[in-house]
Amino acid sequence: MTMAKPCPAAVGATSTPARPVYEISGLSKTYARNRLVALDDVTLTLREGEFVSVIGSSGCGKSTLLKIMAGLSPPTRGRVMLEGRPVQGPRSDIGIMFQQATLLPWKTTIENIVLPIEIREGKAAAKAAMQKALDLLTLVGLGDFAHVYPGELSGGMAQRASICRMLIAEPAVLLLDEPFSALDELTRDFMNMELQRICRETKATAFLVTHSLAEAVILSDRIVVMRARPGRVMEEVEIDLPRPRTLEMINTPKFGAIVAHIRGLLDREAAE
Amino acid sequence: MTDATQHIDAGEGDTVWVEEVSLIDSMPRWLAMGLLFVVAVGIWDLVTRMGWVSPIILPSPGETLADLIFVGRNLFTGGYMLEALWTTTQTVFWAFLIALGIGFLLGVLVGETKFGERAVLPYLVAIDTMPKVAFAPLFIAWLGFGISSKVALAAFIATFPIVVSTAAGLYAASESERMLFKAMGATRMQTLLRLKLPIGLPYMFTGLKIAAVGVMAGAITGEFLGGGKGFGALIRQSASQMDTPRVFALILYLSLLGLLLYFTVVWAQRRIVFWNKEERAGGLG
Repeated sequence: MTMAKPCPAAVGATSTPARPVYEISGLSKTYARNRLVALDDVTLTLREGEFVSVIGSSGCGKSTLLKIMAGLSPPTRGRVMLEGRPVQGPRSDIGIMFQQATLLPWKTTIENIVLPIEIREGKAAAKAAMQKALDLLTLVGLGDFAHVYPGELSGGMAQRASICRMLIAEPAVLLLDEPFSALDELTRDFMNMELQRICRETKATAFLVTHSLAEAVILSDRIVVMRARPGRVMEEVEIDLPRPRTLEMINTPKFGAIVAHIRGLLDREAAE
Repeated sequence: MTDATQHIDAGEGDTVWVEEVSLIDSMPRWLAMGLLFVVAVGIWDLVTRMGWVSPIILPSPGETLADLIFVGRNLFTGGYMLEALWTTTQTVFWAFLIALGIGFLLGVLVGETKFGERAVLPYLVAIDTMPKVAFAPLFIAWLGFGISSKVALAAFIATFPIVVSTAAGLYAASESERMLFKAMGATRMQTLLRLKLPIGLPYMFTGLKIAAVGVMAGAITGEFLGGGKGFGALIRQSASQMDTPRVFALILYLSLLGLLLYFTVVWAQRRIVFWNKEERAGGLG
């Protein structure tokens, strides 16, 4: 499967571009406190079913960008549209995942997963969502762990549970803030493959912030390379490796060439 | 090869390393505690038997035991000492309850609101640094020689650790946990009740344990200074009559009350904060 340049969509082999889900244009963020320009004129579109990563040196504003996209922090200027509606605050159709699993230790795994429903719609709605939560847990291979407390889960299992919590409200977009960077490398590789599978099965549109080049390349349809001070998009790189991706692809010349290209961009910025 | 390991040659080229376990590690806890007790009482007995210390300063273990039995009999037969212990128990109970209520509310005010943190906290810190026992005469002047002045002093002493630990507990939620609740659209009240308070519970219980010790000290100090019918007054009377074995016996029974309160808190903590038994692995990293 090779893709034409103007068509970044990953789903299907059709030539018509997929519907845009997330549209950002002219986005800037200046922190009033220290007049730091975190983001400067960022424009970005996520299409349905697409997996996009953002990579860049620390201070390039990638976390700020994710917070704005999640409605957790307001932009200074620009347009942020999700499903045709401006993002003005946290929304139930935005799923988010952090570096830490942040499961509440006094709730069982399944209670943690329905927590977003419980917070927004109350206990009765949460109870009604239990079966769906169980299906999600089965999807990530945690079906048998629904009623244990998070203290008994390993780091990788806890992150898989937090994937379920993110998916329970059927969000239009998944925002992933370095979700596996606290895990050991072997677990991390495994979780990345799991993430790919889950995204495929749920046809998710995902946006990943990471500082791992290999992780970004193996998962993404497109990588947004950012530069710091001010945070700007340097280049968008299409990743036309075939899907499904496998860990063996890391050893292919094509993978190497993509990594080398992005590393070159980042090194050039560092040298400036 | 460290000092604690022993090298045994098992033949056939294999090497077996056996870790040496020290004697104190290998014995059960009750035995270790019992041994120390026997040794300590032995030394105590020797010191009094040889007449190195006046019996007014340090009574012999035998005399103390006799008084322990005497006081114990009085307590279990519902004598005047039981009445005194009941008075002190009530003082401690009410003081602890009041300290818990006021301390928790002030702690939430300080930990949750900017007003509390910026305006109220400095005053609390200032009062906390004062020797709180010095307020005893004031409480007696305001509330009289009855139980209420003792309750006030004990509650006053026990409130501060609860305020501080409650506030600290409310700050304990991590950045990701706060972000998660924000992303879920949780209201401030939901975030407080469903995230910050439960996360803060282990901290609050630490404060409660300190308060349990403080409330005992406050109640007894109050009874020393303000008279009344409590156990503290009994101890003071016996001390002024140079009845040292009686003082020893009374203190031992009093410590049971303190232990009861302390372990009630520990028990409650185990029941309520059931998830904090071990490392919060996986869950909260």
